[in-house]
Amino acid sequence: MSILVLAEHDNSALSPATARTVAAALAIGGTIDVLVAGADCGAVADAAARLDGVARVRVADDAAFAHQLAEPVSELVVHLAGDYGHILAPATTTGKSVLPRVAALLDVMQVSDITAVKGPKAFERPVYAGAALQTVEATADTVVVTVRISAFDAVAETGAAPIEPVAFTPAAPKARFVSREAAASEGPELANARIVVSGGRALGSQEQFNAIIKPLADKLGAAIGASRAAVDSGYAPNDWQVGQTGKVVAPDLYVAVGISGAIQHLAGMKNAKVIVAIDKDPDAPIFKLADYGLVGDLFELVPELTESL
Amino acid sequence: MKVLVPVKRVLDANVAVRVKADGSGVDLANLKMSMNPFDEIAVEEAIKLKEAGIAAEIVAVSIGPAQAQDTLRTALAMGADSAILVKTDETIEPLAVAKILKSIVDQQAPDLVIMGKQAIDDDSNQTAQMLAALLGWPQATFASKVVIADGKASVTREVDGGLETLELDLPAVISTDLRLNVPRYASLPNVMKAKKKPLEEIDAASLGISLAPTLRVISTARPPERKPGVMVGSVAELVDKLRNEARII
Ligand SMILES: Cc1cc2nc3c(=O)[nH]c(=O)nc-3n(C[C@H](O)[C@H](O)[C@H](O)COP(=O)(O)OP(=O)(O)OC[C@H]3O[C@@H](n4cnc5c(N)ncnc54)[C@H](O)[C@@H]3O)c2cc1C
Repeated sequence: MSILVLAEHDNSALSPATARTVAAALAIGGTIDVLVAGADCGAVADAAARLDGVARVRVADDAAFAHQLAEPVSELVVHLAGDYGHILAPATTTGKSVLPRVAALLDVMQVSDITAVKGPKAFERPVYAGAALQTVEATADTVVVTVRISAFDAVAETGAAPIEPVAFTPAAPKARFVSREAAASEGPELANARIVVSGGRALGSQEQFNAIIKPLADKLGAAIGASRAAVDSGYAPNDWQVGQTGKVVAPDLYVAVGISGAIQHLAGMKNAKVIVAIDKDPDAPIFKLADYGLVGDLFELVPELTESL
Repeated sequence: MKVLVPVKRVLDANVAVRVKADGSGVDLANLKMSMNPFDEIAVEEAIKLKEAGIAAEIVAVSIGPAQAQDTLRTALAMGADSAILVKTDETIEPLAVAKILKSIVDQQAPDLVIMGKQAIDDDSNQTAQMLAALLGWPQATFASKVVIADGKASVTREVDGGLETLELDLPAVISTDLRLNVPRYASLPNVMKAKKKPLEEIDAASLGISLAPTLRVISTARPPERKPGVMVGSVAELVDKLRNEARII
């Protein structure tokens, strides 16, 4: 049985999401190929070749894949699909855009956002914002899966797989890339950070969010997250949203500041190893989940915490 | 321009989910059901396009049981012009939903399909992409801004790392993210008016599409509980716990 893993990258660097997706492929078992679709993406292919468990890296290096738009990349994957029993991608915004197209073109269902491998074709996946865990088994010959990256540990990088080019020209595009606006980010990447500090509606403004949350995150070497309310109010960029419909993280330490703990937020962080909550409402649902809860005014407590670290 | 907006009836976002003890699924009996929140955003966006003089007609479509009529009436009360219920009492997988929607698109010939990026029950996030693929149309998922001009859609998308803007030829499929707009409430007069708007019913079985599920659901379980935590009385105690008990900092 062969497995194709679609690499997550920006043409210059391989995202750690790929090493985590390869880990899911290893749990399924089989010969694992990684597909790098991009433009001038040689360094990415080199990095993918170092991932443990990878038998071969296939590289489609073509201007048509420069922005990894869903239409050309899904055509490419479908073109290669005959060689594989499983097709995997990380459940990133790119993977989520590309893989359902692949599934539809192959006339199979996609198994979305798996959190565990239960058998060659059986997977666990959260539904209802993680309020329930479903185990499903695919019955089609080709199994198309997106992988929740926070649920798998990255494979190591000691391999040396061969790299082979793939020549494929997709149809003329009906969707074109116009521009990209990167969210301001220093510090570690949210999806892969060991520590995350998140702020909620209580921060009240972008200025206060930056003045309160950022120094604590800097002190801890943490990535910054936010609730939907904080993002909707413009205190934090959309890319920082943690939750059912934002990023799902499972860091060693998650610090929730002024976040009440709606189920849609919990869906994105409840698998953190240690959860700290700081909120002035002792009845806030976040405290039911927190390992350590501290009740009080965040505008006093958080600077004091930052100071004492 | 004609806009098609698929809407799904789901367990209301504010209702606590109860997993059935025998592992057979989630208990929906007698609980409040509502339009999927992302679909409300899709309906709102279509209405905005109509108010801006860009869209001429909005057709809402739902696939589900007879009660999904309520969901369609909500869309009509918000401002959709007509509605189609593709009736079935079975649970329909996203792939079959996409196939049914394709047949509705073939019949209705819209210039644009706007739909939610995911349903908050199944959380699959795939139907819009599947529909676009089956139609051979371009897609823009996770839209936070939509501008239609000169036969093209300029769509800003919420992606990992920031925002991305794409230009799509029409017809196209757009899936909505949370920040695209704030859906309106239907006013009482509009709820009354919606009762008179056309709502057509089609039997899903009549479309010649296989509706049988291809994913076998083995079990539905409650997620493991976290072990109970403690409240600390001060910042100093918190720091001490993190250093010496959790050993995390
Ligand atoms: C379809 C859908 C999808 C959603 N997806 C997401 C998602 O992905 N992520 C997400 O986060 N949400 C999501 N939500 C929204 C979610 O339901 C909540 O509305 C949101 O998480 C609330 O954010 P919050 O906790 O910051 O705000 P609130 O619920 O308003 O909580 C603010 C908290 O701050 C506390 N507070 C106020 N002032 C202070 C102070 N001075 N000091 C200390 N504490 C203070 C309050 O006691 C309160 O507990 C979604 C909702 C829907 C319907």
